[in-house]
Amino acid sequence: MGTERRWPYIALTVFCTLGAAVATVIVLNVAERKSEGRHPFVRVVEVTEDTTDPAVWGKNWPRQYDSYLLTAQSTRTRFGGHGGSEALPAEKIERDPWLKRMFLGYAFSIDYRDRRGHAYMLQDQEGTERLTKPQSGSCIHCHASVMPLYRQLGNGDAMAGFEKTYKMTYQDTSKLLHDSGHAHPVSCVDCHDPGSMALRVTRPGFLHGIQALAAGDGAAPHLDSIERWRAGPRDRPYDPNVDASRTEMRSFVCGQCHVEYYCSTKLKLTFPWANGLRVEDVEKTWNATMFEGNERFYDYKHQETGAPILKAQHPEFELWSQGIHARSGVACADCHMPYMRDGATKVSDHWVRSPLLNVNRACQTCHHFSEEELLARAATIQDGTHKMLQDAGAALMDQIDAVVAAKAAGATPEQLAPALELQRQAQWRLDFIAAENSMGFHAPQEAARVLGESANLARQGQIAAIKLGAGPVAAMQPGTAPAPVAP
Amino acid sequence: MAAASLGIAVGIAVVGFDYAEGLSYLSTDPRACANCHIMQSQFDSWQKASHHTAATCAGCHLPESFPYNYIAKARNGWNHSSAFTLQNFPEPILITPPNAAILQANCERCHDALIHDLSAAAGAPRCVSCHGSVGHGEQVGLGGPWREEEKEIAHGH
Repeated sequence: MGTERRWPYIALTVFCTLGAAVATVIVLNVAERKSEGRHPFVRVVEVTEDTTDPAVWGKNWPRQYDSYLLTAQSTRTRFGGHGGSEALPAEKIERDPWLKRMFLGYAFSIDYRDRRGHAYMLQDQEGTERLTKPQSGSCIHCHASVMPLYRQLGNGDAMAGFEKTYKMTYQDTSKLLHDSGHAHPVSCVDCHDPGSMALRVTRPGFLHGIQALAAGDGAAPHLDSIERWRAGPRDRPYDPNVDASRTEMRSFVCGQCHVEYYCSTKLKLTFPWANGLRVEDVEKTWNATMFEGNERFYDYKHQETGAPILKAQHPEFELWSQGIHARSGVACADCHMPYMRDGATKVSDHWVRSPLLNVNRACQTCHHFSEEELLARAATIQDGTHKMLQDAGAALMDQIDAVVAAKAAGATPEQLAPALELQRQAQWRLDFIAAENSMGFHAPQEAARVLGESANLARQGQIAAIKLGAGPVAAMQPGTAPAPVAP
Repeated sequence: MAAASLGIAVGIAVVGFDYAEGLSYLSTDPRACANCHIMQSQFDSWQKASHHTAATCAGCHLPESFPYNYIAKARNGWNHSSAFTLQNFPEPILITPPNAAILQANCERCHDALIHDLSAAAGAPRCVSCHGSVGHGEQVGLGGPWREEEKEIAHGH
């Protein structure tokens, strides 16, 4: 056979060999995708209610665990997060000096920093200088994978164990936690049933709080299951683990901690939702709450004025509840843990972070606009809120100045009472938005309303204090016009 | 030798075509559209949406008449299979202009008597500009895998 006649066969052979190779690669690729679609996970270790170490869960669910580990990464947005990776984040109270004056008399004036990710929650709590003051064992509720410790303290009954911790010191509770081997930050078992992996809520504070919300008549139009339970026979308490929809659970798991609460030694850890979730609903609940000895509820007495102050914690769940996203059925996890594709599987991103750092997955799946446009929209909301926040902060400072001047001039506690009550109301509203971690985004219109009310109340309090006069006021009675001031 | 290698290549290709359920793509069964998993959320949401009772995937997303339906199938089939194999497409996935035109034509095909005067105007919005939830309910997009900069963070920089 001559060379001229052989080369077409050689070429055909080479071509067919390449074709077979490509076809094999494609078959293997299809096989891989099919396998991903069929087996989203493989359970290689058993996990139970007592498996608090996320690394163990990570063997079964490596995709989720890998992204959970990334919460240790430093992230920063304009109004949240922190810049350094090792050092503690910057002092929030140094940036906005009025925060420090607002908190005088409270441990937050000692140390108040920007938040870091979930992976640091326990370490940061153990390292805060606020621990130089006595703190309650309640604080561990949201900083550790604490349910096994509650069961241990309650001889198997987690609720009973939980109710013991508020009277214990933080240090004692922390030692028990470390001795029990469960000293992990929030972990898989806190939100997932270890048998079915279904979402569930475990935190006693949330379970009590959401039951009180359902049993009360506060508006909850974004929580269909509560509306349904209210319309039903009410022959048993509302139970989120039974009644709530999957979408609701995707917010409730976050609402176990990202909320307003009382967390000190006089009462058990309390989520104040009996009258609803709006700022004035929560205020009403606190105003109706009494300490032992029939003393009115407060978080601290303001060092300069003596006003009995309500400290807002971080009412993300409450503010989100007033916003358009909640009303549209968008859950916390939809933006903070959006679904992402990994090969042929759909995974919830467990790198919980600001949607501003994840616009593509968090926003663009619903809002078909460019990333720049969406960021600009968020910036408009946050800049506006920040401006109003500064104005309301300035109003509060002016009010405190006026009260201090009136006190120095000899105003009696009875005379000052109306001004101090206004300080309590103004500061509660200001702090509700300042401590909330979205700079108004979770409910822009509501945030503006609350800050507007805050500035108005602070100015009313300032006027009330000025009316007492900065001169001699000893002869004044409450409700009378200020005495003329001597030249 | 050439005959043997031709046989092997064709053999693997045929097996691969069958294994990848290639024949199902010649049908109009909606389940075939979710074979490769990318369209799973679109398939799931269609089952809950109002047009579930009136139209299938092909009813809205392919031209009605031969041979245009097979031309569209071939074009999309090539685009989708190469994108999913190479994993190189932007997410969340969005309809492309040629496919949007097919979709609009199908809206008009059924609803023409009602909307002719509206849709015939130049520059008229597409039906789904307002009625975006009829096919798939609320938005069902899915974010993509880690981007390059996220991979860098994830792998410890």
